[in-house]
Amino acid sequence: MTVYDVIVIGAGVTGSAVARELSRRQGRFLVAERASDVCEGTSKANSAIVHAGFDAEPGTLKAKMNVRGNQLMDQIAQELDVPFSRVGAFVVCLREEEMPKLEELYQRGLKNGVPDLELLTGDEAKALEPNLTDEVCGALWARTSGIVCPFALTLGLAESAAKNGVEFSFDTAVTGLEQIPEGWLVKTNQGDFAARAVVNAAGVYADDVHNWVCGEKLSITPRKGEYCLLDKTAGCHVGRTIFQLPGKYGKGVLVSPTIHGNLLVGPTAVDDPDREDTATTAAGIADLTEKAALSVKNVPMRQVITSFMGLRAHEAGEDFVLGESAEGFFDAAGIESPGLTSAPAIGEYLAGLIGEKLGLEDKPDFDPIRKGVPHLAAMSPEERAEKIAENPAYGNIICRCEEVSEGEILDAIHGILGARTLDGVKRRTRAGMGRCQAGFCSPRVMDLLCRELNMDLTQVRKNGGDSQIVLEKTRG
Amino acid sequence: MAIIELTCISCPLGCPLKVETDGAGQVVSVTGNTCKRGEAYGRKEVTAPTRTVTSTVKVEGAGVPVVSVRTKTDIPKEKIFDCMAAIREAVAQAPVHIGDVVVENVCGTGVDVVATKDAE
Amino acid sequence: MRIQHDLVIIGGGPAGLAAAISARENGVEDVLVLEREKELGGILNQCIHNGFGLHTFQEELTGPEYAARYIEKAKALSIPYRLSTTVVDLEPSGDGVLVTSVSREEGLVQIQAKAAVLAMGCRERPRGALNIPGTRPAGIFSAGTAQRLVNMEGYLPGKRVVILGSGDIGLIMARRMTLEGAKVLCVAELMPYSGGLKRNIVQCLNDYGIPLKLSHTVVDIQGKERVTGVTIAAVDEKLKPIPGTEEHFDCDTLLLSVGLIPENELSRQVGVQLSPVTNGPKVNESLETNLPGVFACGNVLHVHDLVDYVSEEAVQAGRNAARYLLEGRSPEQKEIPLTVAGAVRYTVPCTLSPQRMEAETVVRFRVGRNLRDALVRVTADGKELLRRKRPVMAPGEMEQVKLKREWFTGQEKEIVVEALEAKEAQ
Repeated sequence: MTVYDVIVIGAGVTGSAVARELSRRQGRFLVAERASDVCEGTSKANSAIVHAGFDAEPGTLKAKMNVRGNQLMDQIAQELDVPFSRVGAFVVCLREEEMPKLEELYQRGLKNGVPDLELLTGDEAKALEPNLTDEVCGALWARTSGIVCPFALTLGLAESAAKNGVEFSFDTAVTGLEQIPEGWLVKTNQGDFAARAVVNAAGVYADDVHNWVCGEKLSITPRKGEYCLLDKTAGCHVGRTIFQLPGKYGKGVLVSPTIHGNLLVGPTAVDDPDREDTATTAAGIADLTEKAALSVKNVPMRQVITSFMGLRAHEAGEDFVLGESAEGFFDAAGIESPGLTSAPAIGEYLAGLIGEKLGLEDKPDFDPIRKGVPHLAAMSPEERAEKIAENPAYGNIICRCEEVSEGEILDAIHGILGARTLDGVKRRTRAGMGRCQAGFCSPRVMDLLCRELNMDLTQVRKNGGDSQIVLEKTRG
Repeated sequence: MAIIELTCISCPLGCPLKVETDGAGQVVSVTGNTCKRGEAYGRKEVTAPTRTVTSTVKVEGAGVPVVSVRTKTDIPKEKIFDCMAAIREAVAQAPVHIGDVVVENVCGTGVDVVATKDAE
Repeated sequence: MRIQHDLVIIGGGPAGLAAAISARENGVEDVLVLEREKELGGILNQCIHNGFGLHTFQEELTGPEYAARYIEKAKALSIPYRLSTTVVDLEPSGDGVLVTSVSREEGLVQIQAKAAVLAMGCRERPRGALNIPGTRPAGIFSAGTAQRLVNMEGYLPGKRVVILGSGDIGLIMARRMTLEGAKVLCVAELMPYSGGLKRNIVQCLNDYGIPLKLSHTVVDIQGKERVTGVTIAAVDEKLKPIPGTEEHFDCDTLLLSVGLIPENELSRQVGVQLSPVTNGPKVNESLETNLPGVFACGNVLHVHDLVDYVSEEAVQAGRNAARYLLEGRSPEQKEIPLTVAGAVRYTVPCTLSPQRMEAETVVRFRVGRNLRDALVRVTADGKELLRRKRPVMAPGEMEQVKLKREWFTGQEKEIVVEALEAKEAQ
């Protein structure tokens, strides 16, 4: 049996970041993912915010990883072709008597080493963000806060890892770990794999994986967060991410532009032990609608194009669990917010520990650059004409809302970790993410998946498992 | 004797019709209608309802898998599913043109199933 | 590549084709139709059911047959068209507009057009717009997507089906899926009435014993990978679900037929003002938008009930575009606003210029509730111009009145289109 140097369990943003950092080193690495693609769990359903780092308790891993992750993001975004913008964030205070808490948050930010923080009066904040409600009486302005495409970040990290030699095994659910002389036997539904070290980046299941092998137990409770995504016509309603100061109304919800120009409202926060339930609820949507209205006025909720639920892996100890918890077993557990921001830092930190432990040498030919699928709609007419001249498929528009061409979809299917499903194409190209939510393009994308991957339409799936889209041929 | 309740579809008014029949199934009266068309609709719908069936037929040698078809005129309503069975079995050979007969005299109704689109 | 044309028509469906034919017949030689699909005809190609053309041809045609009549005519007139060509940008330029299109064959082409007709049609409202709670598995389709899969691709999207929304596409698909062997369990409609035609309720639901549940909506969707069930519930007068009325259906598919929205991304880009009621451009009596030389017709302007009216409106747009090109831009005219009263929700056009209007102009509108024994009234500054009795009016059906130029002096401040029940009028 091949003995990998490291097997990473989970191809979310954390697992992918660890894998990419490992790929800077010489060795044989494998990422085992139970879903059929990267970015199928918490990484695909979150606030898509690159947090500045004022929120976490000073001294915690969350604080350290957040601030470091934020620092790394510019370079990561550039190397991996990930849309990212430091639009800044306001934490708004809605009650005069809670102003000291805003000051507290500011001080905490300073302690955590967050640069460019500023306290604003209500009027100053409203001058910059005219849609803030009259109740806003002060704001903490974090200029280094940003917005990012979480799919592109996860995919970018994973594809960079793959490009530098990391293997990925999808539809591979890890069912157990057993200590062997070489290290660990990783049992999966696709057979057993051996590795010198294992990384637990199993998201909401990371406590189970940890508890298989460690005496000191973890306990993760999914914290459910519902979101509404609004049409691009609402995308400019605010220019920055607007957080609410935790207070009388609980933690509050954010209203934020997304990197692709939509408006995001959410999340709710409900603890529920069911780790598979991502159903949205009428109560949740009503709740976030009501809460959003506290800080931002006239949020055009009639412009909602989709709603979704994300599960945050909340660990009882309140902090990230990072490091070697058993011999050759490395945890990246309890990765809830600010997990997306922290991922590059977690990757750096854990790969460092593992590299040292296993004595992995640097890889001299590591290539940090990864290109995503080109986005023709954003190009100038000249650039676009040139691209179409190179490959006419870029001239055939498949998704009208997001203006995605056949060429872009073919690039997504034939990429290094190519899309195999409708959702896979969607996350790589944005086909189906627009205001008609794939009504128009899904049959067309299905046809392309069939043609390129030599499948019948009945074999095309939305994501993994039994998510077939059409059931049978009507005529022989 | 029976009273059959129908919604008239002759115009957007949608009158609720009551059609009374005798033991032999003959229409005795139509009530609830606003106009003569309603009465005629009620009588026909109770004694000899008919429908146009539209569907698709498999086509070979064309750039498309199926071509749309219709019964050229209405057929008796009770023959709809028999007609569908015949349509499901039929295979057209490209080139197909609008109006081409795809199934002759479908289910003995005397009505042909014809293509409603070209397929080449 | 940069080229020039007198008239560019965006969309080769029923509206675009009729507009192109009309413009040519009214003297415009240089017309170009841009169509994003592989064939002309637009959405009619997947509407294989019959019932089209009763007004226009006094025949019951299927969608493809109706389209074919116009396609043949456009071809007979040698009207040039480009297929698989998508317009990606529209901007004001000089005296007209600059149309940027892309295609496989010609790449990126920029067309300087003296005039343009917007005929992009409409799209279906997605699930997200309704905030339907539940999971997001495979098996949730807009009715039109399912229609395409069944009628053009030849695949059955599901076998046990619940349909939300009783618009005509939903009703038509209930029958279509049934004929293909699926079991349609019910059609739920949020409103206390169906937005679909009576004929479709009878022939698509009643014929097959499919229950129509008025004042019901979907309150939950189950299933992680594929839909496994749907829960519906009755709603109160405020359209809120009533607890305790939930009914569960084991099914693998949910079809949504919950409304159509004019597709005006390009109109917005170019600076065309849109109506918040129709989501379509605000137009004058010539179907011209606020941008001179940019006309609109068909479902991009407002959602129609019958394709016959789309064609009729497009003929008018094509004729007016021709007049604009041949006679030049009309001098600034006094525009009289059309406003609504009673049950009327909107009118197309929104303004009227007696100087510019043809001898007669059609005003199309819809009402926002069901009316019985109704009265339609048009007044100008309080003076009654027209009064019509209508036995019944429904939100699902488009209405129209014809206004004559001779009725106006040009000094009117406001024209009011009103519909109400006769008893309300007293």
